[in-house]
Amino acid sequence: MKIGRVSGTVVSTINHPIYDDRRLLICDMLDERGEDSGDYLICVDAVDAGRGETVLIIDEGNSARQVVGDVHAPIRAVIVGILDELIVDGDVIDVAGR
Amino acid sequence: MQLAEVVGTVVATVKYEGLEGVKFLIVQPLDRDRRPKGRPVVAADAVAMAGPGELVYIVASREAALACPEPFVPVDHAIVGIVDEAERSG
Repeated sequence: MKIGRVSGTVVSTINHPIYDDRRLLICDMLDERGEDSGDYLICVDAVDAGRGETVLIIDEGNSARQVVGDVHAPIRAVIVGILDELIVDGDVIDVAGR
Repeated sequence: MQLAEVVGTVVATVKYEGLEGVKFLIVQPLDRDRRPKGRPVVAADAVAMAGPGELVYIVASREAALACPEPFVPVDHAIVGIVDEAERSG
């Protein structure tokens, strides 16, 4: 799994039907120190995450299909958690919404 | 999933079974500031409505084939949506 920060949204009306009524969020990927790594992912939101929140992302198809409950879903990246705390080598990393 | 821009069309008459009727487009993956990222790739158009110049989002790997009408096909990138609006702050 990966850690990211919600930075934006994607709106689409013409899409594969599995994406109907699902929120798509742009997440900036973070390194283990909570720093921006420069990369990003478009993720399906499964936990009602909001902009600025630090989130847990699964970027793997089988798990994503399990989350959306469809064995043929062409979805790979899903937000599956919102981080409350991140501690690395004993240091508390700030994950509060920015 | 990532953003990409459709930059071209691929026409192939002879295709592996299961790919009949699937449209292929050349897409340029984009970074979060919509600058080109890496080399263009050929993607199956799973929405069947994308065209050159459009901003789309693509899914890669095994999940790309699942977007196609026949889920067991040799496809590794697929367009799964046309972007109306994508905004990002920060």
